[in-house]
Amino acid sequence: MTRLPQIALLSDGRRLHLQDGPIDLIIEARGRADAVRATYEAAAQRFTGLLDELCAELPALRAAAEERTSLRGVVARRMHAAVAPFAADGFITPMAAVAGSVAEEILGAMLGAAALDRAYVNNGGDIALHLGRGEHFSIGLMDRPDRDGVMRAMRVDADDQVGGVATSGRHGRSFSLGIADAVTVLAATASQADAAATVIANAVDLPGHPAIVRQPACELQPDSDLGARLVARHVGELSQNEIAAALESGAECARQLFDRGLIEGAVLQLCGDMLVIGPKDIEEQRTRPRLPKNAVCA
Amino acid sequence: MVTETTSAAIDKIRCDACPVMCYIKPGAAGACDRYANHDGKLVRVDPHVILERTVSHGGKLVPFSRTEDWDGKIVHEPSTFVTAIGAGTTYPDYKPAPFIVSAEVDGVDMVTVVTEGIFSYCGVKVKIDTDRYLGPETATVRAQGEAVGHVTTSEYGSQMLSLGGVHHLTGGSKKEGRVTCDTLMDLANCKAVELTIDGGATVVVQAGQPPIVNGVREERMRVGCGSATIGMFAKQWHGKVDEVVVVDDHITGVLSEHQAGKLLDIADTGIKMKGRRSTPGRYFQVADPGTGWGGTNISDPLAILGPFDAKEARPGLTMLMVSTTGEHSSYYVLDEALKPVETEMPADLKFSVERIQENCEPALCTVLFMAGAGGSLRAGVTDNPVRLTRSVKDALTRVTSGGAPVYVWPGGGITYMVDVTQMPAGAFGYVPTPALVAPIEFTMKLSDYAALGGHMDYVKPLSEVQNGDDVRQLPWQNPIPGPRA
Repeated sequence: MTRLPQIALLSDGRRLHLQDGPIDLIIEARGRADAVRATYEAAAQRFTGLLDELCAELPALRAAAEERTSLRGVVARRMHAAVAPFAADGFITPMAAVAGSVAEEILGAMLGAAALDRAYVNNGGDIALHLGRGEHFSIGLMDRPDRDGVMRAMRVDADDQVGGVATSGRHGRSFSLGIADAVTVLAATASQADAAATVIANAVDLPGHPAIVRQPACELQPDSDLGARLVARHVGELSQNEIAAALESGAECARQLFDRGLIEGAVLQLCGDMLVIGPKDIEEQRTRPRLPKNAVCA
Repeated sequence: MVTETTSAAIDKIRCDACPVMCYIKPGAAGACDRYANHDGKLVRVDPHVILERTVSHGGKLVPFSRTEDWDGKIVHEPSTFVTAIGAGTTYPDYKPAPFIVSAEVDGVDMVTVVTEGIFSYCGVKVKIDTDRYLGPETATVRAQGEAVGHVTTSEYGSQMLSLGGVHHLTGGSKKEGRVTCDTLMDLANCKAVELTIDGGATVVVQAGQPPIVNGVREERMRVGCGSATIGMFAKQWHGKVDEVVVVDDHITGVLSEHQAGKLLDIADTGIKMKGRRSTPGRYFQVADPGTGWGGTNISDPLAILGPFDAKEARPGLTMLMVSTTGEHSSYYVLDEALKPVETEMPADLKFSVERIQENCEPALCTVLFMAGAGGSLRAGVTDNPVRLTRSVKDALTRVTSGGAPVYVWPGGGITYMVDVTQMPAGAFGYVPTPALVAPIEFTMKLSDYAALGGHMDYVKPLSEVQNGDDVRQLPWQNPIPGPRA
């Protein structure tokens, strides 16, 4: 049975949409017209069959990462490499970096086909970026992916050395052990950003807090890589102090990753409150946004 | 019940839609959020359409047959119409509509672009057939204590409410949005909803049913107030009776004093009405509101009359008293003491009372769903959304909602209204945005579809859709919506 991904230009005629199973990519390249065409073709070509490659090694990808790996696929190995730095600190599987790793792979295939001024591959919020000299991206940060509206914007410039942006939190498609609405991470690569966002979002937590409803992941999704680990399902009313404490616990984790050179920056959001870690250009160029006093936690 | 729960709990299924091969628990979706387990059956859902809604529609696609006995002929079966209900939606803006169905109708290549629209700009206009006071104009209408709309105005014999709209759905508190969304969905799905109006009444509204105002069920919509009834029937009464009183909670009419009676040279009768006279032959407040005659609290109509004036009245004078709806009526003859004595009503007067009844239609609540199809919805249909708008305006494309005819407002965009009682049951759903999910279909010639930049690669023959597992067949009352005049 041949199963082809969905490959189409969006109605704007500029962006490319690739979808296969759970992978849904929005791609935009800017450069010479023939270069854009060539890179889109390369993206579609690389995308075809990519899901099958990953699924061939799915059991190993869903198992706790160890220092060494027997994974063979290039994307699978990238997933492993992205989570390996965290393996010693606790449970993590290569699946924590799947979205970013796929985005990175497709962007790599595109840049191998032609030179572009700038490009992004957005895999459901985990984004691989390419910025040529003098280019920049303006990136919207949303605290709740289930709602409309860009909450904040930040700018990523070519010399920021940021090749990946990823967001993790409890509202996304995958589960989180923590309670963060959203943790957005800037890193050198999309796979690293994805893994780090997962780890930091897990650290935004108030262990044992009665207003937080948790459920074993496998009860929600039988084959979740998180197994019986408790994932946050509902966060009730939290006081301002509790919100600050949960954010601080995530920030502590983010600072360590920053010091280890694993991330370039992070934005942590919980119940309308926000904390920014890392590169000076986020904190200094952007004034800290006024936080809504009446923010309600759903 | 217990057995059901037990079996459902173990009834996880394995999705084979892609190589991830997710195990999916009942009521849950797979990793992609596109496929879900509905009672042990794999169903396709869309990321933005919640499972409960899709489940409640029993699947994704609902073709309708005019007759119960489906003969299986699809291609040239003009009574087959694919609706958008359960089709899933294309929100956000980049996916082709889930089903773009082509069917050969009368030898013409037809295309139905089937999509479900997510409308955060939407609401319902409610017409409540009652003359009872529901509340002042612009008063806030509440459901479960939350503001969901307002009173607009009165139309003849009816009160109008405007509920929902973007400000209540997304502009207020989270609870306001949720309650508004629930209220709109219930009303649109023809369920009963209790509404309270600030400074006014509590009314239970259900599309196609009589309103219940402050606990009292409205029966008939009066043909007019008492005065209007006099005006309408004066000629029919002329020469058959000396005096007529139409008893009404709002304006009670008296034939001999009324302008209509004067024009017919009807003589004064010496009648004396209680209540406050407005203009000749028209009286306010003859009694308190109630469930008796003409919406008043009286059971004996003579209670609203004073003694007849001996200067004008004479023994043997005849009088008809009737309520505005004709539900109550009595016929009287004055005795020697000028007291009205109830007597059997002559046949021709009975006929006039029946005529009043006939003109009083059953009181109903009617609910029109109103929404604007945004650019992204239109983009699900065609590469160039504005061409779809133009095509609709040029009457090349017919718009329907769940197969029901719609009125498309002139002007920009595609803003339409549809009578929810014309739509199949459970046609509406919601997403947590909050916004309503409503079916909308665009029907056009295949060649026109191509010309306006349609997603030709996604066009499927009707037979392919109908052979799917998730097709539900319903009898269809409406003819295929015809070309707009």
